[in-house]
Amino acid sequence: MTIGVLALQGDVREHVAALADLGEAARPVRTPGELDGLDGVVLPGGESTTLSMLLASSGVGDELAGALAAGLPAFGTCAGLILLATDVLDGRPDQRSFGAITMTVRRNGYGRQAESFECGLDVPALGGEPVPAVFIRAPVVEAVGPDVEVLATLPAGTGAAAGRPVVCRQGPVVVAAYHPELTGDRRLHQLFVELVKEHRETRR
Amino acid sequence: MPDAPSPVPATGTFTVKRGLADMLRGGVIMDVVDAEQAKIAEDAGAVAVMALERVPADIRRDGGVARMSDPALIEGIQAAVTVPVMAKARIGHFAEAQVLAALGVDFVDESEVLTPADEAHHIDKWAFTVPFVCGATNLGEALRRISEGAAMIRSKGEAGTGNVVEAVRHLRSILGDLRRLTQADPAELYGWAKELRAPIELVREVATTGRLPVPLFCAGGIATPADASLVMQLGAEAVFVGSGIFKSDDPARRARAIVEATAHYEDAALVAKVSTGLGEAMPGAEMATLDVKLAERGW
Repeated sequence: MTIGVLALQGDVREHVAALADLGEAARPVRTPGELDGLDGVVLPGGESTTLSMLLASSGVGDELAGALAAGLPAFGTCAGLILLATDVLDGRPDQRSFGAITMTVRRNGYGRQAESFECGLDVPALGGEPVPAVFIRAPVVEAVGPDVEVLATLPAGTGAAAGRPVVCRQGPVVVAAYHPELTGDRRLHQLFVELVKEHRETRR
Repeated sequence: MPDAPSPVPATGTFTVKRGLADMLRGGVIMDVVDAEQAKIAEDAGAVAVMALERVPADIRRDGGVARMSDPALIEGIQAAVTVPVMAKARIGHFAEAQVLAALGVDFVDESEVLTPADEAHHIDKWAFTVPFVCGATNLGEALRRISEGAAMIRSKGEAGTGNVVEAVRHLRSILGDLRRLTQADPAELYGWAKELRAPIELVREVATTGRLPVPLFCAGGIATPADASLVMQLGAEAVFVGSGIFKSDDPARRARAIVEATAHYEDAALVAKVSTGLGEAMPGAEMATLDVKLAERGW
């Protein structure tokens, strides 16, 4: 099984390390050819406008759009969530939206860096203790489609954003508004790895 | 099992500060002096912009005391772009840093490019919610800045010269000493701490991990896509470009070319392609001709 990590910009190393902890050797993806033969792809945190530009200039964007449309499992965190969403508010007009998960997101919806925060987050699908969640200039999920399963929402005490979805899944696509890769908690990566395995078996 | 994380949100923690630095890795941070330049930088794919009144080449030319920018300029740039906005405070000038924090900048650069305000002390960066980046010429300086709370280290290089030689010297010094530290005997680490003038706990940590506990970026003298590729291959995790873009013939094209070369730094064919026909780079300066070495500021 091969999982790729989009490696054009952002915290690629942490995602590769998280997958390595789970026994999956991840492959960095910088060119369209490096998408060949992947069973799943991770879109890391970073700056979504920069990633959009580099997706276009490298040619990875069009290839990846095709692969996602054909059902390639994907896991996006923060900027990766923005790229996978259908609709982006406060983005740039030329910003890439793969539309792999039906949701409307607002870039930097929580505000500037001064409003970035970390907290414990209950994610029932992951079981056990709350996960440590680090939100960095995070996108706010404004609305989700009927096929989207909301796996976690922000707890009370997080101001206007309380109750917003922060972990979602639609088919083989999982997104988080925070950065599980910045903590040692591997449960969300584990969930994605299992999803990729499942998807691979059903395609056989 | 560690204690369960608290559901109460916490801002300004070291994880949150360092997290933004991590998100900028693999990108290019560009100096801009107005909203129009900020737009050009964002259009070209900058991961962040550094708002300042004059680029280092002009500060060098004009002389005099260089200070924090006018808040109106910073606010104009914040309104023009969606990427993070950084701004510079003088070394030790914690009141300028407080003003920048009040303006809501995303990162403060405690910078030797401005005239130092304190000849003995840097800012206590733990006292702030906003993250700080600081320059360093060697590992000891980097670890001292981290012990003061910096969430990102950049090489100082020699700003405003278009000459990458000092940035290379600083990166090689920091990364070379990190490699040597990993080979040191535990008893030798006390000697290292003394020589580096850095806390033993931090020296022990980097001796174990082989890397700084915060991202290491490169600044000071980057002028071409090949310069960006060079410093990334040496081990920098992202690139600051100061005068190099807006002092060149075609800033928009050069900015984009440097962004692509930073992302694909190991792909020489791509660096060749984006370097082709870029027009004149900024005029450069030899180190021996400089009256003021900015990198010597800071302690």
